[in-house]
Amino acid sequence: MRAISFFRQFVEVVLAIAIAPLFAGWIAQCRAWLQNRSAPPLLLPYRMLRKLFFKDVALATDASALFRATPYVLFGTMVLAAAIIPSLVTDLPMARVADSIALVGLFATARVFLSLAAMDIGTAFGTLGARREMMVGFLAEPALLMVLFNAFLLYGSTSLPSLVDGYRTHPSIIDPSVIFAAVAFAMVALAENARIPIDNPSTHLELTMIHEAMLLEYSARHLALVEWASSLKLFNYACIGFALFLPWGIATQGSDGAGALLIAIAALIGKLVIAGAALALIESLSAKLRIFRAPEYLAMAFLLAVLGLLVHLLLGA
Amino acid sequence: MLLSANHWISGLSETLAINDLHFMLVIVGAWTMLGFAGFLRPHSIRFVARLLFPAGAILCLGIAFLAGLFLASGQAPQFVVLPLGLPDLPFHIRLDVLSGFFLLLLGVGGAGISTFAAGYFRSGEGTAPALLGLEYHLFLASMAVVILADDAYLFMVAWETMALSSYFLVTSHHRIPEIRRAGFLYLIMAHVGAVCILLSFGVLQGGSWQFTFDAMRSAHFAPFWATTAFLLALLGFGAKAGLVPMHVWLPEAHPAAPSPVSAMMSGLMLKTAIYGMLRVSFDLLSIRFWQWGVLLLVLGLFSALFGAIFAAVQTDMKRLLAYSSIENIGLIFAGIGLSILFETSNMHLFAALALTAALLHSFNHALFKSLLFLTTGSVLHATKQRSLGKLGGLIRRMPWVASLALIGTLSIAGLPPLNGFVSEWLLLQSFLFTPQLPHAFLNMLIPLGAAALALAVALSAYVMVKFYGVIFLGQPREPSLVSARDANWLERLGLIWLAAGCILVGALPQLVLRAIAPVTAKLLGDTVKSSSTFWSIAPIAQEQASYSGLILLAGILSVVAVTFVCVRLLAHGRIRRTDAWDCGYPWQTSRMQDTAEGFGQPIRHLFGTFFRMERDMPSASDTAPRYRIYIEDRLWRSVYLPIARGVQKLSDAIGFLQGGRLSIYLLYSFLTLLALLVFVL
Amino acid sequence: MHTSQLIAEVLRVLAAGLLLISFAMLSGRRTQQLITLFAWQGVLLFVSTCLVAYSSGLTEMYYSAALTLLLKVIALPWILNRLIKRLGAQWDSEQLVNVPTTMLAGLVLVIFAFGLAQPIASMATTITRHTLGIALAVILLAFLMMITRRKAVNQVIGFLAMENGLFLAATSATYGMPMVIELGIALDLLVGVFILGIFFFQIREQFDSLDLHNLESLKED
Repeated sequence: MRAISFFRQFVEVVLAIAIAPLFAGWIAQCRAWLQNRSAPPLLLPYRMLRKLFFKDVALATDASALFRATPYVLFGTMVLAAAIIPSLVTDLPMARVADSIALVGLFATARVFLSLAAMDIGTAFGTLGARREMMVGFLAEPALLMVLFNAFLLYGSTSLPSLVDGYRTHPSIIDPSVIFAAVAFAMVALAENARIPIDNPSTHLELTMIHEAMLLEYSARHLALVEWASSLKLFNYACIGFALFLPWGIATQGSDGAGALLIAIAALIGKLVIAGAALALIESLSAKLRIFRAPEYLAMAFLLAVLGLLVHLLLGA
Repeated sequence: MLLSANHWISGLSETLAINDLHFMLVIVGAWTMLGFAGFLRPHSIRFVARLLFPAGAILCLGIAFLAGLFLASGQAPQFVVLPLGLPDLPFHIRLDVLSGFFLLLLGVGGAGISTFAAGYFRSGEGTAPALLGLEYHLFLASMAVVILADDAYLFMVAWETMALSSYFLVTSHHRIPEIRRAGFLYLIMAHVGAVCILLSFGVLQGGSWQFTFDAMRSAHFAPFWATTAFLLALLGFGAKAGLVPMHVWLPEAHPAAPSPVSAMMSGLMLKTAIYGMLRVSFDLLSIRFWQWGVLLLVLGLFSALFGAIFAAVQTDMKRLLAYSSIENIGLIFAGIGLSILFETSNMHLFAALALTAALLHSFNHALFKSLLFLTTGSVLHATKQRSLGKLGGLIRRMPWVASLALIGTLSIAGLPPLNGFVSEWLLLQSFLFTPQLPHAFLNMLIPLGAAALALAVALSAYVMVKFYGVIFLGQPREPSLVSARDANWLERLGLIWLAAGCILVGALPQLVLRAIAPVTAKLLGDTVKSSSTFWSIAPIAQEQASYSGLILLAGILSVVAVTFVCVRLLAHGRIRRTDAWDCGYPWQTSRMQDTAEGFGQPIRHLFGTFFRMERDMPSASDTAPRYRIYIEDRLWRSVYLPIARGVQKLSDAIGFLQGGRLSIYLLYSFLTLLALLVFVL
Repeated sequence: MHTSQLIAEVLRVLAAGLLLISFAMLSGRRTQQLITLFAWQGVLLFVSTCLVAYSSGLTEMYYSAALTLLLKVIALPWILNRLIKRLGAQWDSEQLVNVPTTMLAGLVLVIFAFGLAQPIASMATTITRHTLGIALAVILLAFLMMITRRKAVNQVIGFLAMENGLFLAATSATYGMPMVIELGIALDLLVGVFILGIFFFQIREQFDSLDLHNLESLKED
């Protein structure tokens, strides 16, 4: 491994940690504009994090070590995932550590830890949130797996750096399998990141919460870490989507040098801006589904992914 | 270092003309003697538990070590013929790579379980300690002999010993009627399975009437007879392994047995059935058909989903784990089926990948399922409760058991960087190649199997969150739980051994993959060892997919450590303890958190058609409202009870032969004598 | 990229879009929604037929396309919309089996159709021969939709969607049907919709609801 790879890995991780809250802030701004409200400042998430870090922790009397360790585990897994996903560069030392299926597994680890921590306090809300989150999780995994299967059939690999490296030889973007897989991926990404139409990230009614219900007991620096981890999760999903479907701009194998890195950073920021606006548009146009309509939504995503697979086998063969 | 130790030992064994197999037979004999040694002091629990069981554990380590050496080095099979058994069929014993792998599994799992059992068994459990020790060690010895047997007679003798000793172990608390009933069902199913296996061997001897496995290997079959032998073996070994629809005994027998016995049955005995299936399909039968692969795949995936869905609605912690075993066995059978499918389509590399996944999952399951069953044993001893509705909050009272159970839970849920994930990842990887199969509709239908697999895996994560969360987290649901005590040092040692195995195999799966490679090489002619390095495994090619458990584990730990240090340095907030958020209702009780039924409600709602449910709902005017739900397996009513009634009717019909009068019986003997005279002369 | 290659790709996307619309019709909750989806199916068919006409140079396909536009995008949806407004049946569209099971059944049908179509496709010589499997799938899915619906109007829409699939099959395998047959089918459709509309009014008069369960009471007991 060359020194330049380590440097670029470091840049990628630091960039991910730094701009994930900004991405969340940008989405909040777009939502506000679309709903004809005045927007919160773009840097509000950073101010929130700073405020939370310096508060005193209010911890439930019954909270165990698992509860206190979970924010760190969540943040750790999300940062590790950000290090593995090739958002800027494919020639990373960590890139071969996990392929896309293992990344899905890493996200599952984070989800399980959060659910366990929510069950730790023993109130009705935490266990409610844990139960719902695990339900959405097990319904989303087959759909996500089918999307990755699709990518494997189309591009011959499940390893994200290999996918991005070969993108110039890929079939064109208007291939129906690619479109179906992309739409299915977007639907699953919305479900996994607790966005409308599965979950409302800004709700205050406990009975409608899925993700928020698991965070009710966290405060101060623990809450800051969990919130940061959630925005990192959304960032990671966006980067996986870009690597699979919109890989232009990522510095591939062989293009070293500062120019390629700067182009990659600019491309990533541009893609994030557009993705954030699109996400805000989808959120504003849809309503949150009843919890037992969520299986139908995810079944639709699964169906799209499988259709993409079948259409590829039929048309591409 | 391992290789130099091996050189030394092989040098020694060459001079003494003993080889690994002889050492293993010595260990098997030592187990039997340990079992009988308990009768020196039949009622002393301290002698049996504290002395004999640890000795048994050390012997387990020995057999694992020998098996590991055998796999790592000279892999030529070793034979012994013992002058016991039938006059023209002495006991043939053979050690080859397949037996070696399963002996490794037996040794590693058995060491942890025996150590735990040494600390677990206490007096007053319903059976004399010496008997318990005898049954236990006979069980271990017979499992080893099943794996080493090279002829049908020894195989069946050892299989029966295994069934009988485990029956007695299951009914240790024989004064309780439910346990007797569960044991009886187990015995019936074990014998039905044994009859099927016997018939299968009968077909496999192929007309030569020689029942050694060597004779079976060289026999040639028409497709009809090969399929008959395969299906009989599937029925027999599937009944022992717990494949749907022969699974009904598992959820009854595993909870009824004492926890170390449940761990042995789930972790080790089910794997002997897998061994048997592999031996018959890949070794004794020289041809295979793709339809068999599809059948195994369908049965395996259906068992996996069935087990996961039923586990999610259980309220007894050991029944939940039993259904989870059904799920994992289903995954293993799905891998074997996929392997047969690839092999019959001449895609040997992918067949090796699928078989590797199945074997690795067997190994992992032995580790984490035993760990979980043993922790339920500790919980049972500490709280006297088995029902999930009466547990909770044990993480504060039993920190050792809780943290080791956490490792087991994370492993079984298939989460990186632990071992359960690696085998499931390999299985998913092998599904990725199914569109290349040459069969017309299969190459489109089987990729949907990958989705079923992902659903089963994700459901198992759901089930395990329920298991761990309801038992160890939250508020205690019974006031007596505050006096729960943690496990003693022997129990902890056993649990730590198994948990360390989970972490080690998760971080360095290459170790076990290197043990599996000779097995796939022998059975299928290809291995997946090609592109693995020390850091990572890449089963097909680096560019296609790779995984490094070690770096993931190290990465997570280091990032967590760095974050912790940074946060502590920069953020100086103090911690104050308060009440939990109660939304303005201050009289929170432990009854307000989720129960086991509550956590299973989404599964009941989504998959309601799989169950047969009876519900008693309170009405609005009830002064003492009660809610009761009873969930039953549909197969029990629709398949087993009709068969049982049919057998009962048949027996009643034949029962008229039992007239009760002595002269009638003498008449029967007389008629038989006449018939024999006519036919023989 | 050559124009013909581009056209082939766009045709593939349009065929996939048709398949998607069929699935959406399978799971649609409101009758109004189903009619809109049917109109969109007509639009996609129109564009697809025009492209096939352009690339193969057969002018009668343009007439075919125009007929599709007139009938399936404009006339039939308008008639159906008026029908359901007068019947008051815009919103309800219950299903006999729940949505995920229907989806799974639809998926199996798609695999079945694709498997059947592959050997036939290798024999045809048109540019769109690969979409024969999709056409077959659309027909089967429309049939499934007819089976799993409870209220009467949806079955008409399923019947019309089946005809869409047939049209797609004809275009993909043999560059369309002879004009006479096409005009005949179009006339049959129109007449059929009129008659069914009168029939629905009768059902509603008799039973006060459009639920087809009521028709079961007509059997001999």
